Amino acid sequence: MTKKKPLAENQMLVSILASVISIAVGLLFGFILLLILNPSKAGVGMSAMLTTGFGSLDKFGKVLYQAAPLMLCGLSVGFAFKTGLFNIGASGQYTMGAFFALIGAIVLQLPWWACLLLSCIGGGIWGIFPGLFKALFNVNEVITSIMFNWIGMFLVNLLLANMPTMLASAWGASNSDRTADLNAANPSAIIPKAGLDKLFGNSPWINISVFIAIGVAILMWFILQKTTFGYELKACGLNKEASRYAGINANRNIVLSMIIAGALSGLGGGLYYLAGTIQYVLEKSVLGMGFDGIPVALLANSHPIGTIFSSLFISYIKVGGSAMQPNFSSETINIIIAVIIYLAAFALLMRGLIVKLLKKLTRKSEKEVSA
Amino acid sequence: MLHITKEFPGIKANDDITLQLKRGEIHALLGENGAGKSTLMSVLFGLYQAEQGEIRKDGKPVHIKDPNEANRLGIGMVHQHFKLVECFTVLDNIILGVEDTRHGFLQYDSARKKVMELSEKYGLRVDPDALISDISVGMQQRVEILKMLYRDNEILIFDEPTAVLTPQEIQELMDIMRGFKEEGKSILFITHKLAEIMAVADRCTVLRKGQYVGTVNVADTTREELSRMMVGREVSFDLDKKAKNVGDVILSVKDMVVASKAHNNNAVKGVSFDVHAGEIVCIAGIEGNGQTELIYGLTGLEPLKNGTITLCGKDITHASIRDRSKAGMSHIPEDRHKHGLVLDYTLEQNMVLQRYWEPEFQNHGVIRSQEVRKYAEKLIERFDVRSGQGPVTIARSMSGGNQQKAIIAREIDKDPQLLIAVQPTRGLDVGAIEYIHQQLLAERDAGRAVLLISLELDEVRSLSDRILVIFEGEIVGDFEKAEMEELGLYMAGAKRKGKGAAK
Repeated sequence: MTKKKPLAENQMLVSILASVISIAVGLLFGFILLLILNPSKAGVGMSAMLTTGFGSLDKFGKVLYQAAPLMLCGLSVGFAFKTGLFNIGASGQYTMGAFFALIGAIVLQLPWWACLLLSCIGGGIWGIFPGLFKALFNVNEVITSIMFNWIGMFLVNLLLANMPTMLASAWGASNSDRTADLNAANPSAIIPKAGLDKLFGNSPWINISVFIAIGVAILMWFILQKTTFGYELKACGLNKEASRYAGINANRNIVLSMIIAGALSGLGGGLYYLAGTIQYVLEKSVLGMGFDGIPVALLANSHPIGTIFSSLFISYIKVGGSAMQPNFSSETINIIIAVIIYLAAFALLMRGLIVKLLKKLTRKSEKEVSA
Repeated sequence: MLHITKEFPGIKANDDITLQLKRGEIHALLGENGAGKSTLMSVLFGLYQAEQGEIRKDGKPVHIKDPNEANRLGIGMVHQHFKLVECFTVLDNIILGVEDTRHGFLQYDSARKKVMELSEKYGLRVDPDALISDISVGMQQRVEILKMLYRDNEILIFDEPTAVLTPQEIQELMDIMRGFKEEGKSILFITHKLAEIMAVADRCTVLRKGQYVGTVNVADTTREELSRMMVGREVSFDLDKKAKNVGDVILSVKDMVVASKAHNNNAVKGVSFDVHAGEIVCIAGIEGNGQTELIYGLTGLEPLKNGTITLCGKDITHASIRDRSKAGMSHIPEDRHKHGLVLDYTLEQNMVLQRYWEPEFQNHGVIRSQEVRKYAEKLIERFDVRSGQGPVTIARSMSGGNQQKAIIAREIDKDPQLLIAVQPTRGLDVGAIEYIHQQLLAERDAGRAVLLISLELDEVRSLSDRILVIFEGEIVGDFEKAEMEELGLYMAGAKRKGKGAAK
């Protein structure tokens, strides 16, 4: 008999299976919640959540469009996590990235790719601070990055309020609570659609951003897995003392890792606001996109390639969620989405269970064979 | 325990092992690292489930599915790595899991009374209100023992209890164990130190590579016999040591002062010494006399407050750790889990921990994984590092001895001018110790300078060409050859010689 590798030891399979089962459990709980809240509409609501994304090409375009910034925020959180840092400041970095991108687009009149580059720089700058505080004074990065979320948001609001040329009112629109529409201000800054809009039934959402994000995810995987830099970063994350013993400059790596994480979130902000469909509105609360990056990263176990799929999933249920609107309030929908994401993040727990189960099964079959 | 079999991925940790423990005996379990001793005990303690075999207590078969079940059966265990909550007090740790409560409130007074009674009865000195993080390793162990007694356990498992203790503490522990025996408690004593078995155990069961070798009466056997059973071949306790051929000064330390982390005084107070090529210099002393800080200062993990370090004529006092490594320093660290290994990295990743940046292993920042694999396989072969899945084994899953071998392989293969080995044989079996000693001697004979820090006097005496005794951060003795007793006096600070004697 040829010896096959036991199923329980196939890491890849177990991981994927665990994520899928967790998602299924999450959806089930979401459905139960819907039944409790509004039994008559639960079926309709659930099917709206599950089918909208694939229902029309337009909506599917939106899924892809939203997945791109989610993916980058997820990569940002996941990348920092691999270095042993919890980057809860993706939101501030995302806001900064968006701000830098829009300055490039509206004030400097740069093309889209230069604006994206600027968004990376903006996010990166915002990542430096928590990194430096951690490296120099050992201040917990969670605290600093939360504070920098708020500092970032209010700073951007303040700056925008004092930059009349940035606002929509300067470009032929009447409202001054948001930035200018890029179609009016600088069409060259809009991320190209590369004919994808034709493919997706003239969806206004779709552009190449999701491919940029996937490219970045693959790049991150390469950096973490194949380079000495990634080797150092992971060593710092897993055992800071041992990496010091090996002569790795842990402090330098902490700062670098936070800069990269910031740049990723910032790029997410750039991709989102340079699509030409959405304008940055002066908000009073921190943008949720950065926080959504946390479940994206958790669901993918911080693996860059996994992040591609987890962000697509979360984007999908978000688009589906908004289609439940008339029957359920937006707060309810947020709760349902939160429940699904929350349970989906149980993937790790599920892994342990699956391994146990598979072992039991193989043992049973072995016994039968030997008997 | 009858016919126990336990498998792990790629390895049969226990293969048909039978062990019978009598009431009121001290039963030693002997075997090399990775022989399956700890696994067998974990099965008994309910941490693992055996695939085959059964466990009986007082003739009745029992099923131990978790440590709580083991506790109910009166089985307690002191783990090799203590299982204590660092930020809890001693008393909290002892009652953890079996707290007496009334209306949901902890009954500290009665618990304290019971703990103090036990403490006095068996001579287990502890301070019930001290935090675990503040007390010595020896006291932590006493806390673990009290935990078992507090639960009225009758079968006490000690997993390599002496590995972390000083000679005096070992003596105390032996007395305590004899006390338990008189009380009618049964003790399972896991170790690979033959002297301890001869001193305290009644019977001894030997395992080798997961298999049962035999059970013997300690009174009817000898050290040599036991080590032959354990290793499967003759082991020489005497090293074949060639005459030394001393060369130039490799390492020169002048007036080194290193601050202490634990208190405000300096841990190393103006130490000066040289190490030459082709000699093994040993720093002997009782734990906590500044050895750790001395090494941290030498290797760059802690900054010096004063003094200079010269390696091969180059001043490295302020050099970074990486630069020291490049200048020819290799370091086998004291704590292999904290410093020596990234436990969640694979074996091959750990093998290149000091060298991944060299052109041999990377090309423009991209790791040449095939070269890494080849190199790891070479080291595994040459240094006989055993693991479940070869180069891709996660370091955490390897036995302590093989983890240590991996570190030694990595550090020796770096071709250092100076090899610093800090307690390189701590917690290892005679086979591995013999091997590591031979490696250290081979390095010396190849003309390298070796600085050895050890707490084991036997090791100090058999290996070193020169012995420096450290006491309270100062070198109080410098010997070419020394008698055990004399060394002991210096280590205890009762005698001084050389510079220190002037004071």
